[in-house]
Amino acid sequence: MHFEYQVEGGDFSNAGTTSSVVKKMMKQLGVDSAIVKRTVVALYEAEVNIVAHAYRGTIFVDLDDTCVKIKLEDEGPGIPDIEQAMQMGFSTASPEVREMGFGAGMGLPNMKSNSDKLSVTSVVGKGTTVEITNFF
Amino acid sequence: MKIQEVLSLISGTVVEGEAFSDREVDCAFASDLMSDVLTLRTDKAVMLITGLCNMQTIRTCEISDIKVVVFVRGKKATDEMKELAEDNDMVLISTDFSLYSTSGILFGANLPNVY
Repeated sequence: MHFEYQVEGGDFSNAGTTSSVVKKMMKQLGVDSAIVKRTVVALYEAEVNIVAHAYRGTIFVDLDDTCVKIKLEDEGPGIPDIEQAMQMGFSTASPEVREMGFGAGMGLPNMKSNSDKLSVTSVVGKGTTVEITNFF
Repeated sequence: MKIQEVLSLISGTVVEGEAFSDREVDCAFASDLMSDVLTLRTDKAVMLITGLCNMQTIRTCEISDIKVVVFVRGKKATDEMKELAEDNDMVLISTDFSLYSTSGILFGANLPNVY
């Protein structure tokens, strides 16, 4: 199964809407609840990152009998140093993002701990692609 | 601990989810940082105590399977927040106590912590 969702940068009131839809869909498909939770936590962190840092993005979700693969492609400033961004506590978040309860530099490390496979690639000035894979 | 007991201990009022006020919580976590809430690793029924009162509080709880939220210092959930909470069968509670006092009262009444 393949699904696509659009995410707008800066749209904080709707941040997490896609993660919510994906959570409900995975539950309906009978995916183990622990896997659903890990997947949507990783997805939500990534979705909030698009809202917080990018201009817009697309989330692609592919599910089969063996795994769920989620790709988040955004148009935005990109990440100059991914290794640094993966470090706990590193953040470039705006005060607005921090007011929403995020921006503590915990998102990417938490995505990693909630994914069986995580890939982050980025081109400065163009955007970032995050790929999350969790096996059933 | 039953939600009714929580309400009694912290002089709380249910602002959303009255129908679920006979629910029980196993433990509580207090934070204004939603990133921290998203790192919780437990299957228990967690109650979040927080001073952060916005849509992302509710959304984070939805994603984290947290069904009961206490807003401290009299913070009021908006209608939009209540709607999202209702969609997810959540109970929202408001208390005038601070984060520190609320946590202290409930911990002192033997409501366990997560960590």
